[in-house]
Amino acid sequence: MSLHSNSNRSRQLKNSVARWGITLGGISVLFTLVLIFMYLLYVIKPIFESAKIEPIATIELTDTTKVLTTGVDELKEIVYQIDEQGIFSFFHLTANDHRKMFAEKVIADERKLVAVSDAEGQSTNRKKILLDNQGEVKVVEAAFHASYIGDDKTISASVIYPLGEDVLPLDEQEQAIKKVAMAMDSERAIFVALTQDNRLIKTTLTAEDDFNDDPEFEASYQEIEFNQVVDNILVSPDLMMAFIQSGDDIFVFDLDDEFQVDLKERFTPFANSSKKITTLSLLSGGSSLLIGDSQGEVSQWFEVTGEHGRHFQLIRTFNVSNNEAISAIYPEQFRKSFFTLTQAGEIGLFYTTSEAELWKGKLENIVPTTLAISPRSDGLVVTDNHSLQLFYVHNEHPEVTWKALWQEVWYEGYPEPAYVWQSTSGSDDFEAKFSLVPIAFGTIKAAFYAMLFAVPIALFAAVYTAYFMTPALRKKVKPTIEMMEALPTVILGFLAGLWLAPLIEQYLPAFFLLLIFLPLATFLTAFAWYKLPKEIKLKLPETLAPILLIPVLIFAGYLAMYLSPIIENHLFGGDVRQFLTNDLGIDFDQRNALVVGIAMGFAVIPTIFSMAEDAIFSVPKHLTSGSLALGATPWQTLIKVVLLTASPGIFSAIMMGLGRAVGETMIVLMATGNTPILDWNIFEGMRTLSANIAVEMPESEVGSSHYRILFLAAFVLFIFTFVFNTLAEFVRQRLREKYSSL
Amino acid sequence: MINMKLTNNSVSSTKEKSTMNKWFKSGSPWVWLSAGGVSLSLISVLGLLWLIASRGLSYFWPADIYQFEVQEKVGQPYTVIGEIYERESIPVAQLIHTKIKFDKDAETVERILVKTGNRELVSLDFRWLLMPQITTMTLPKDVVVIERRTNGNFYGFIDKVILSGKEVDKSELPTLVERVEKFQSQIDALQKKDIGAINYQLERLRLKEKKYRLDNELTIQRQAEIEKETQALKAEYQTLEKKLLALRTQVARDKLLVHAMDGQQVEIGLENVLDVSFANQLTFFDKVVVFLSKVSDFVSDDPREANTEGGVYPAIFGTVLMVLLMTIIVSPFGVIAAIYLHEYAGNNSLTKILRIAVINLAGVPSIVYGIFGLGFFVYVLGGSIDQLFYPETLPSPTFGTPGVLWSAITLAILTLPVVIVSTEEGLARIPASMRHGSLALGATKVETLWRIILPIASPAIMTGIILAIARAAGEVAPLMLVGVVKMAPTLPLDGNFPFLHLERKFMHLGFHIYDVGFQSPNVEAARPLVYATALLLVTIIVALNMTAVSIRNRLREKYRSLEH
Repeated sequence: MSLHSNSNRSRQLKNSVARWGITLGGISVLFTLVLIFMYLLYVIKPIFESAKIEPIATIELTDTTKVLTTGVDELKEIVYQIDEQGIFSFFHLTANDHRKMFAEKVIADERKLVAVSDAEGQSTNRKKILLDNQGEVKVVEAAFHASYIGDDKTISASVIYPLGEDVLPLDEQEQAIKKVAMAMDSERAIFVALTQDNRLIKTTLTAEDDFNDDPEFEASYQEIEFNQVVDNILVSPDLMMAFIQSGDDIFVFDLDDEFQVDLKERFTPFANSSKKITTLSLLSGGSSLLIGDSQGEVSQWFEVTGEHGRHFQLIRTFNVSNNEAISAIYPEQFRKSFFTLTQAGEIGLFYTTSEAELWKGKLENIVPTTLAISPRSDGLVVTDNHSLQLFYVHNEHPEVTWKALWQEVWYEGYPEPAYVWQSTSGSDDFEAKFSLVPIAFGTIKAAFYAMLFAVPIALFAAVYTAYFMTPALRKKVKPTIEMMEALPTVILGFLAGLWLAPLIEQYLPAFFLLLIFLPLATFLTAFAWYKLPKEIKLKLPETLAPILLIPVLIFAGYLAMYLSPIIENHLFGGDVRQFLTNDLGIDFDQRNALVVGIAMGFAVIPTIFSMAEDAIFSVPKHLTSGSLALGATPWQTLIKVVLLTASPGIFSAIMMGLGRAVGETMIVLMATGNTPILDWNIFEGMRTLSANIAVEMPESEVGSSHYRILFLAAFVLFIFTFVFNTLAEFVRQRLREKYSSL
Repeated sequence: MINMKLTNNSVSSTKEKSTMNKWFKSGSPWVWLSAGGVSLSLISVLGLLWLIASRGLSYFWPADIYQFEVQEKVGQPYTVIGEIYERESIPVAQLIHTKIKFDKDAETVERILVKTGNRELVSLDFRWLLMPQITTMTLPKDVVVIERRTNGNFYGFIDKVILSGKEVDKSELPTLVERVEKFQSQIDALQKKDIGAINYQLERLRLKEKKYRLDNELTIQRQAEIEKETQALKAEYQTLEKKLLALRTQVARDKLLVHAMDGQQVEIGLENVLDVSFANQLTFFDKVVVFLSKVSDFVSDDPREANTEGGVYPAIFGTVLMVLLMTIIVSPFGVIAAIYLHEYAGNNSLTKILRIAVINLAGVPSIVYGIFGLGFFVYVLGGSIDQLFYPETLPSPTFGTPGVLWSAITLAILTLPVVIVSTEEGLARIPASMRHGSLALGATKVETLWRIILPIASPAIMTGIILAIARAAGEVAPLMLVGVVKMAPTLPLDGNFPFLHLERKFMHLGFHIYDVGFQSPNVEAARPLVYATALLLVTIIVALNMTAVSIRNRLREKYRSLEH
């Protein structure tokens, strides 16, 4: 007895364990979907976060000499500063270790520094141009070296002089220098300077070998014709241009000529306004000029090719502060971001291209007089002459904003704002352009042409199969068409790209002839059948129409192909492609939207057909019988009763088809050239969201903006299909309830 | 008289008009038009299958080798030998720029694409010939097709057969080719199996040592042991290498002297020859034999020459293994979810949401699964597995990189709804009376499920699994992100412990089609192979689908009789 009850209990236990297990398994489906959704969101989220600035470490300075510049190494461990006395000091500054390492005087003993500015050029640690009170110039650079003892890493620092320790011979007449700017690469350094006697000079130091190994150089001198006040000098990092600010005007000089320095352009940024230029800076890459003004705005200017050649033009403005003048602009070294500093010590962080305002405010406990950005743009060193502070900057994806993804953006070097997707390029200072518009457009274009092709055929076929076909034939035809759905899309894509595309290119007129031939042939056959004598009609009933039409349609197709070269000869001068490009100005790609439309149409037909056919077939029979009994023809019954009743089902079939067309990858990948263009032209290709992911994901660096944007593209696809599918399913459920009540 | 005729005419034309009107009003033309939709769909499905089948099969059928004498407008006449690859007719106007004169009335001109092979002699192994320029076209009896390991086919004539420096009779050739083939297969076995195994063991020893070092457990004794094993393996390697060299000299013994279509004489070492056939001497029966042997080579050989020639065995193997793994993962989940939905779930909003989730899982684009698989499975899960279990190989990833396991799991999610929908349909067809009967006899719900419901529903479950397999076998887009490669050096299943290497990348038939058809340097030459691969894939998938459908239909019939 106890045995019995024991086994009973264990049976009950098993039963409830199984219940829980199965319930868990059932819920796991929902869990999976939610997991996909959440994970995509989790990857995307960082690109829409604004920047964060957090303090890491502080060091109190013992002497309060004015600090002219600061800097930090790549790993944000060693911070340096140069003060008015010309003392270059290094501090170890991390969260758990801050101490002074060493200091070195970099100018002659009795002198003082007047100004220190950053040299332009591609180097991890910025070179500093030192100008002392005797008007002499030197260039210094902080160098860092990592060494390993076992697994412990120590970083040591030193001061190097890329152009030698001696004072640089900038002026041929050996006058003192008042203002100076410089840019250098490994072969040349170009200085533009203002001398004591107000001459503007250009001095080129050419390396005997390579400045990376050897500071030996030869100097050559040129004088720049300029007789106005000089407020500010900048030299572009490619050593091609110099910018001189004189009051409200900016003069651009061409530095490329070895013998002569020409004025390239002169412009007045704030011609009709009371604004004054307070500071100037060059954005990373050196083609954009950032102008800070007295009313708290920073404006970006670059050269745009217009009707009258290339001119500097106002591109966009950033509102940094209300009416407080900008005291300095600090561009990041490798990205198009910049920091601003106002008189009151307010800091702003902006990204130019995406027009993003990433951070704005005051730092805690410090009103900085100068700041420096770490080479990896993830740190900030500020000083107020009493302390030196290091901050962590969380700002990984400044270039991505909702606006930059979906609106026109004016990129450097472009004549006007545009939608561009261009994620990689060969050159180093290339700015990735992430506009989702061209690829979202491509997706819609591909889906549109596919639906244009698929919907009529699929619906006609569904109507006939569900409503006119004999059950015996229907049993064979339906699975055959549904078989198409099982065909791998990679095969459809391969046939589209390697068989259909060349075929269409060769027999282009045939494909347009078919648009007329196919319906015409159908009507002619129908009429011929109508005219047939009764005896033959009985033997060949109308229910066999689809079979009867097969040879007719194949013949029509053959006829179109046969006529195609002849038509090409007579109407298009022998070559339709040339006719299209030369006479009509329509570009023609071999792999184009027409090919995609047909191939993807075939992939979508079975989806639409199958669901629409189900919807039409399950219209209750008494509705149609009633209509027919009242004298309506079968076609009238179909249009006025059946299709009307089944329309929600047909709608949901089309939705499902659309969902499939939007997400399809392989066909688009193989049947188009995958160029992200914005053009409805049926003879050109497109790039879709899905193909874009397939092409670019393998090359994308994990965690980069590009990687996250590809996830965003996937998320957009996910949401898109989610909406369509849920809508379709909802409509279908409603329809099912309606039928069961009828 | 004339009047009469006229009225007659107009009467008949009005009569005509009224019949036309009547015909239009009856809606018959529209019915026919919709029938046209069916016809068009049928034409496209069957046409597509026919296209793939004919192109794919003709890849294996030995083609006739033609010799063309061509006379162009200027220059000497020349000879072209090769297979006819394609024919097309183009409008004459497109050739105007070539300034060739044709018949005045001709609007189109026919041209043929000839595969001439001999890649090392000419830059392009395909050539367009205009029919009017061909003076003669013959089928020379003694033309030979030599299938080679590198440089593709050779078309030409055999001058001499040389056996270790001495000329022998041409009839010796088949035996010599067979001899080389035997040695080549020995070399392959040696290289892949034995030497591959030694390399694999050496790598494992290296990792073992590194792991001991990482855990600070590397004692002198252990190190000596590892050193000893390494030495033993290296010694073994030396002997194997000697054996390999000996075989190589054996293989390189014989040579062929041949001349090509332009009379140029070429020496072909037999080690480079796979097959020699006098294509124009083959009878129909011979051709069938060649056809069958080519088919079997195709499914059992490794690819050659950047996948554009040879077989697709690794791709078949990879596809099958990945699909099997996927089946193991998806079946229990799919069946359990279906059982929950049909047997346990109440009629509440959670069930509704679950159903919408299933529909959406089926509708989410496959590339989204791919990107999710890459981010979540490969980088998150795989990365953590590497940190925990394979610290010795870091920074090179073991599971933290695309591989066959992640592909299988990704595709399992993708095909989950297929199994669920199909299983649920099967469950729904089982009459409630069977459940009630079992419960009334005192069985618990689980016992009813296990003993009654599942056995009856098993064909439906099978259908679902087969459909899932068919779907997974054809899916390429997500695999491109989570594990497929164009050329995998080793199979994911081999003779080295632990035999099944789930972290390895694999080859896949669908991706093979994409890669060879679109990424290979010589697309034209690779195209027939792509058609053959497509045919293989389509055959597998269509067969799977037909099986599934027929099982489902039989099941439906069965329960229809039970219901009444």
